[in-house]
Amino acid sequence: MSGSPQLAVGSRVRVRDDWPETRGRVHIRTPHYVRGRTGTVVRCLGDFPDPEQLAFARPARILPLYHVLFEQPQIWLEGCAGDQLLVEIYGSWLEPS
Amino acid sequence: MAGTVLRLEEVAGERLLRAVAALLAAKGIASPTEITEQIAMTDNASPAQGARMVARAWVDPQFRALMLSDGTRAAEMLGIPMRGAPPLGVLEDTPDLHHLIVCTLCSCYPRAVLGYPPFWYKSGAYRARAVRDPRGLLAEWGTVLDPGVRIRVVDSTADYRWMVLPLRPAETAKWNEDRLAALVRETDMIGVTLPRVAGD
Repeated sequence: MSGSPQLAVGSRVRVRDDWPETRGRVHIRTPHYVRGRTGTVVRCLGDFPDPEQLAFARPARILPLYHVLFEQPQIWLEGCAGDQLLVEIYGSWLEPS
Repeated sequence: MAGTVLRLEEVAGERLLRAVAALLAAKGIASPTEITEQIAMTDNASPAQGARMVARAWVDPQFRALMLSDGTRAAEMLGIPMRGAPPLGVLEDTPDLHHLIVCTLCSCYPRAVLGYPPFWYKSGAYRARAVRDPRGLLAEWGTVLDPGVRIRVVDSTADYRWMVLPLRPAETAKWNEDRLAALVRETDMIGVTLPRVAGD
């Protein structure tokens, strides 16, 4: 994956419903509560080395980092309509929705 | 093993520091200059730095615009050392939007401008509740939002560090920058509380 942003601001994206921690030792920065959930890209934050590889001192690919906005009540099935969660997510975890 | 630890503790701090610094330089990990800069950054980091930024943003619209577009550069403009620190992002509260900062994965915190995080910031309870029940959490802090204000919880999970530019209290309209800076607390800059004029 190249480092340049592929997802435009305003894109609807789905976080991959993936659980690498069930397959071995990993370092993951994508919170559990957004896996498989859909949100909106609000900001491209730039390119950063993949922490999943950096954590093991492996050569790290460069990934675009996005600020993704989720509706809070849809995640927890409780809460106040209009409240939101804003999470930094690497491009490797996002797919167009 | 216990004997090794004991001997290390007995080494004078200065000698140990010199030895470690020499090793880091020899291995090309960090130069003496970088170490000195990092020590200066850590020593200078405190909520007073972030409060200076907030106060300047409240009185200077140009600085405010810079701070919201590039927090790192804004901090540097006020002489806050940022070299080697993660990029700083600043999110602005508005009359209908309130930001709350958390790191659910660990304890990511804008240390360069706020210093060490408060102990509870790293607690499992704060991290879990901030994202799931932010209104319950704020209520326990005595933080009352106006009706209709939405909450945006910011989970610091990656390479940025985030701080909040809170709303300036209306009572401070005639205050100067120094007095404003003295008003702003660390908890105001992560959205757990709102800047409050004493006696309010």
